[in-house]
Amino acid sequence: MAEPDERTAAPDAAPMEAAMKPSEAGGKRADTDATPADGDAAKERDTELERLVGWVDRRTGLASPVRVAMRKVFPDHWSFLLGEIALFAFVILLATGTFMTFFYTPDARQVTYQGTYQTLDGAQMSAAFASVMRLSFDVEAGLLMRQVHHWAALIFIGAIAAHLARIFFTGAFRRPREVNYLIGIGLLMFALGEGITGYSLPDDLLSGTGLRIIDSVMLSVPFVGPWVASLFFGGEFPTPDILSRLFVFHVMLLPGLLVGGISVHLGLLWFQKHTQYRGGAAREDNVVGLPFWPGQVFRSLGLFFLTAAVIVLVAGLIQINPVWLYGPYVPYLATVPAQPDWYVGWLEGALRLGLPIEPTILGVTIPTTFVPGVLIPGLLVGALTIWPFLEARLTHDHAEHHLLDSPWGTPIRTATGAAGVVLFLVLTLAGGNDVLAVIFDIPVESITGVFRVLLVVAPVLTWLITYRVARERHDRGGTPEEPESILLVRNAAGGFSEAEADQ
Amino acid sequence: MSGPVTGTRRTERVIAAIFGVSAIAGIALLAVYLAGGQTQLEAVLLAICLGGIGIGIIAWSQWLLPGALHVEPRHPVAESASADAEREILEEEHSITRRSFLVRALGGALGGLVAALAIPVLSLGPSPGRGLFETPWRKGGLRLVGLDGTPIKATDLPLEGIVTAFPEGYVGTADAQTLLIRVAPDLLKLAQDRMAWAPEGYVAYSKLCTHAGCPVGLYRAAEHRLICPCHQSTFNVLDGAQPVFGPAGRPLPQLPIQLQPDGTFIALGDFSAPVGPAFWDMTDG
Repeated sequence: MAEPDERTAAPDAAPMEAAMKPSEAGGKRADTDATPADGDAAKERDTELERLVGWVDRRTGLASPVRVAMRKVFPDHWSFLLGEIALFAFVILLATGTFMTFFYTPDARQVTYQGTYQTLDGAQMSAAFASVMRLSFDVEAGLLMRQVHHWAALIFIGAIAAHLARIFFTGAFRRPREVNYLIGIGLLMFALGEGITGYSLPDDLLSGTGLRIIDSVMLSVPFVGPWVASLFFGGEFPTPDILSRLFVFHVMLLPGLLVGGISVHLGLLWFQKHTQYRGGAAREDNVVGLPFWPGQVFRSLGLFFLTAAVIVLVAGLIQINPVWLYGPYVPYLATVPAQPDWYVGWLEGALRLGLPIEPTILGVTIPTTFVPGVLIPGLLVGALTIWPFLEARLTHDHAEHHLLDSPWGTPIRTATGAAGVVLFLVLTLAGGNDVLAVIFDIPVESITGVFRVLLVVAPVLTWLITYRVARERHDRGGTPEEPESILLVRNAAGGFSEAEADQ
Repeated sequence: MSGPVTGTRRTERVIAAIFGVSAIAGIALLAVYLAGGQTQLEAVLLAICLGGIGIGIIAWSQWLLPGALHVEPRHPVAESASADAEREILEEEHSITRRSFLVRALGGALGGLVAALAIPVLSLGPSPGRGLFETPWRKGGLRLVGLDGTPIKATDLPLEGIVTAFPEGYVGTADAQTLLIRVAPDLLKLAQDRMAWAPEGYVAYSKLCTHAGCPVGLYRAAEHRLICPCHQSTFNVLDGAQPVFGPAGRPLPQLPIQLQPDGTFIALGDFSAPVGPAFWDMTDG
């Protein structure tokens, strides 16, 4: 039982110090008189930490606010950890990414490769690709850092997506958290931007082809497309400037936006207090959970190290983006099958399912890539962004909510979200139609046809089925709109019977 | 928490052992690195080191820290909104905005600044101009050469053969990349005015997909189909590379070529249309 004592000693350290040096403490604390006996005991264990805490507090006055912060209560649920995993993956990305910047050169100039990897010995490649080869083969543990970085990126965006799904399906975006929801959507966009720019930096055959497709999508925007593409790439694709621009986006602009955005995101979360699930003592006007210190800090620290361990293990054992197999980018070569990172697959799928229609109306050509590459992603992201406001308007519910919904209690929201997830899945699978064609030995033409139908039918069916199921569960009374409790009423005969509780 | 002291001791020992494993794994990792390194082994050791710390800390929090739930009051955020503060802010603001003439003038100045700031943005790239409409083939009379820069000869290409060609002096240029394909002349069903562009069954198309600009790198000779590996757009070589499947909406532009007496080919001019992905004013060319 020694543990709790040591724990409480730390916050008390400041008053003890104050008692010993009243001149500096300025008589601020009246309770110092109450601990003369403890003072003697404390002198024996006047640890370095206690002295340090006192030293810092007398120069910053931070002990009081820190004490308040330590006692702040956070609800405890596994689904609240998804956002934390994203944060931890971001920390790992910053660490490994910094290491990689010491070796990477964003230089498109052609060099002759003379490194350890024999297969490409003497090959012409950009200095950028050569620097990635050096990082992978000649820098000790460089390959491990690269793979950890790439896997952490996949997990980063995956955790953001899962976190977003949790927020959406439980209605955590409702007032007063709409602003933080919008910041979260912004963070997701920055994260996707990081993923796409980072994927493009090695200047390998796959990433160069990916840039070519991005260029095509930019070009497709009516009226401004050619200008946008020229300003972004610094001319007509392929340009020598693009790598250094992507590099600045990837290591400076987007990380800056992410760090700033995450700070505000967490600041607002702290300020507004976390939402909580119904049940137990949880009510709209309280927060039930563990205190920040030590409860939450220990769990979060533990989760950080576990996240890092899993990422390192996966990254060390499962190869990812072996650019030496793809070779350097040359504009007249392409490989098949070419699969992008998972979070881009849906855009790739949309492009593959696009209809071969390219009308010219009044002299304005609408390129085939415009609808799947610009319009559909824009509409999906737009719908996701305005959802909190749309829902508040449709339900006339403008009240503050701190208790989370059960997904079954909100059939329309849940059905819409499920339809969105299915749409995403269909598009993602369509992005691998050539791989599926090989696996199932079906002509790729048939698979594409099936996906074009599924793209419309699957989300609609999902909506209807989810709505139906949710309504049934709702009608059966399974939804905990009010915390469910059972009153046992004792009758005159001495038996018990159940009565539905009012409160 | 409520267990006997000996139980707590044992728990402490278990957690300490987990931390110990972490420390050993970390030192072992350093040893492996110094001994020459081995990526997989390093990853496993680093994962053990990190995982041990994580498991140890979580075990500590589960077994040794108080798990009792705390309850903290929560006040609606709207309650902390202060009408007084809002009014004060607005009053301050009003003292500024009532000078509406000045506010508008300042707005105008800021608008001018925004216009001035367009300069660095516009400097990021040249005006698109004619670049998207033209390729180096425009010059006319350029010979078709292979990747090694030597002219392609008719005899280099067997029936149903295919080769990637560039204009002489422009090898590797992205928008000039061309596919030269040889098919039986009687199979070709080109438009009347294009039959002359395909001497003796040698026909040349842009290698840039009209969908998203990938190189159309696959050729199914038996069906005379060109297939783009990126999004599976498929073009029929025999009828002017019309799209027959996939998302592409336009044929691959054809290059007018001429067979020279020495067996090489020259291009008579640029492609029949802008190459690669579409853009809004492409029909103005």
